[in-house]
Amino acid sequence: MTATTLEKAATTAATVEFLGLRREFGRTVALDGLDLTARPGELLALLGPSGCGKTTALRMLAGFEHPDSGEVLVDGEDVTRVPAHRRDAGMVFQSYSLFPHLSALDNVAFGLRMRKVRTAERQARAAELLELVGLGDKGASFPHQLSGGQQQRVALARALALRPRVLLLDEPLSALDAKVRLTLREEIRRLQQELGITTLFVTHDQEEALSMADRVAVMRAGRLEQCAAPAELYGRPATAFVAEFVGTMSRIPGRVTDGTVEVLGQRLPVDGEAPASPEVDVLVRPEAVRVTAEDASDARVVASAFLGAATRVTVRLADGTEVKADLPTHEAAALGAGTAVTVSLPERPVLVADRL
Amino acid sequence: MARQLNRPGRPWRGVVLAGAALYFLVPLAASVVFTVDVPGQGVTFDAYTQIFGTDGFVSSLLLSLELAAATIAIVLLLMVPAMVALRLGAPKLRPVVEIVCSLPLVVPPIAFVAGIGTVLKWGPEHLSRTPLFQTFVSIQNPDFPFVLVLAYVVMALPFVYRALDAGLRAMDVRTLVEAARSCGAGWPQALVRAVLPNLRGALLNASFLTLALVLGEFTVAQLLGFQPFAVWIVNVSGSQAQLSVAVSVLSLLVTWALLLALAGFGGRSRTAPRG
Repeated sequence: MTATTLEKAATTAATVEFLGLRREFGRTVALDGLDLTARPGELLALLGPSGCGKTTALRMLAGFEHPDSGEVLVDGEDVTRVPAHRRDAGMVFQSYSLFPHLSALDNVAFGLRMRKVRTAERQARAAELLELVGLGDKGASFPHQLSGGQQQRVALARALALRPRVLLLDEPLSALDAKVRLTLREEIRRLQQELGITTLFVTHDQEEALSMADRVAVMRAGRLEQCAAPAELYGRPATAFVAEFVGTMSRIPGRVTDGTVEVLGQRLPVDGEAPASPEVDVLVRPEAVRVTAEDASDARVVASAFLGAATRVTVRLADGTEVKADLPTHEAAALGAGTAVTVSLPERPVLVADRL
Repeated sequence: MARQLNRPGRPWRGVVLAGAALYFLVPLAASVVFTVDVPGQGVTFDAYTQIFGTDGFVSSLLLSLELAAATIAIVLLLMVPAMVALRLGAPKLRPVVEIVCSLPLVVPPIAFVAGIGTVLKWGPEHLSRTPLFQTFVSIQNPDFPFVLVLAYVVMALPFVYRALDAGLRAMDVRTLVEAARSCGAGWPQALVRAVLPNLRGALLNASFLTLALVLGEFTVAQLLGFQPFAVWIVNVSGSQAQLSVAVSVLSLLVTWALLLALAGFGGRSRTAPRG
């Protein structure tokens, strides 16, 4: 299954820019001045809690919503006023969106029919696209005869049929069960890279965003919090919101003096700018926390969850703070619930945030 | 829940079914017997064979079918775009439209036709010097009384609304339209190519209900002085009682045949299972 010469037309991938997008629905502000750029050929994930405006942004690019102010640019060209059917954007929807009265093949060929492509040609191309998504033998099936995962594959083929400049994916995996979700996730990524098509992917699942995307844009309340590559987002979150939304974070109380923070009996440099108030929380990832058994300590293991190679241990400190730590499973076996332990951090700069 | 309620009541089901069957079948059987059993002649189907030769049968039936076709066309052209637009653009207005469409059920036809009659009398008097006068004349043309179509469109609204509403409920109109639009279809194409084919069952239902309504409508047509099928049946019943009952039985059978055809036709509707 390789992309054919037909597909390679997407060599000139598009740049997508959102400039100061603003949209209100009654009293709720869906987008509050969103600025974001998707580079040619990249898969950009829009990540955020529900109601953060990520879907609205995507629908504005598709032409289904219109901004109160701001612009949507594709390759520097303002498309804000262009109607949806002339946008040149293929879209896969969250809910199953295949036309129930058409076979899989006719669903894929629908757009070509709208463009008045001759029957023989569009049948051939639709068959080729079905082959591309691994459903070459399902052309005659109707949507209700296909599984959820298969339906979304057909929807993907349909979205690609008109060789769009931009591919829009609106939580396409959220209705599927976990296993199908994983395989389809990889397949979408593989196809996207093969075709080199600029893709925007809306999701509320941070794992999905981190594992698939070239860059992830974290949104909150209609604004962009941070847009960065997954590793940077995880390792150097720009804000406390990003830190806690992406991956797991524990907050440990600390006290800042002269650019260093005192936490768990250690003195560590502060990463980035320290908040104004000296009373802060130190944000730590579970894999950075070290836990060792020590009878004299007041901290206790309260729970542990087996994750496979690692086990996530929850430790309650003397002041009641709970800290999560990932330990190799063989080490964690010795630390049952109730074990007295000490918690320490590596000698590295740490992220701090205002205490909640 | 329905199943739980049904289980203890199972013996009652048979009783209710038998009661309902008696209620519907006895008059029907009596009608059939009345038409075929002529006193002194034994069983004869003369009443049925006479139907086709009787003056006015063909013309009144044709008129009714023409009126039905026109009514179906107009009511669907009016309601389908309106209801799709309602779903997509103003879902909050749905209860308002539902109430408006249900009004013809609560206004008695007799009151309705009295209103129409008044307008038809008033209009020509006040508009005699305007081109509208000709409009009033032409909509009352006895060969094709368009005023009846207008009246039937209103009377069909409650049924058409419900049939279409059920059809639209079974699909995700917004997503289908958006999917079609992202595939390069303009608004009219999205409606015709993506929504309408999936409404086939609902459209057939609405058409059938309207057809049944128009074929059986008597009050409005009679009081406005036209002679479609139902009026003709009543008129011949004065002189030829057996014949008129035979026509009624025949029209009932035709209606059933249409209903069965519809069930066979729309039963294959391919609405996608959700989930």
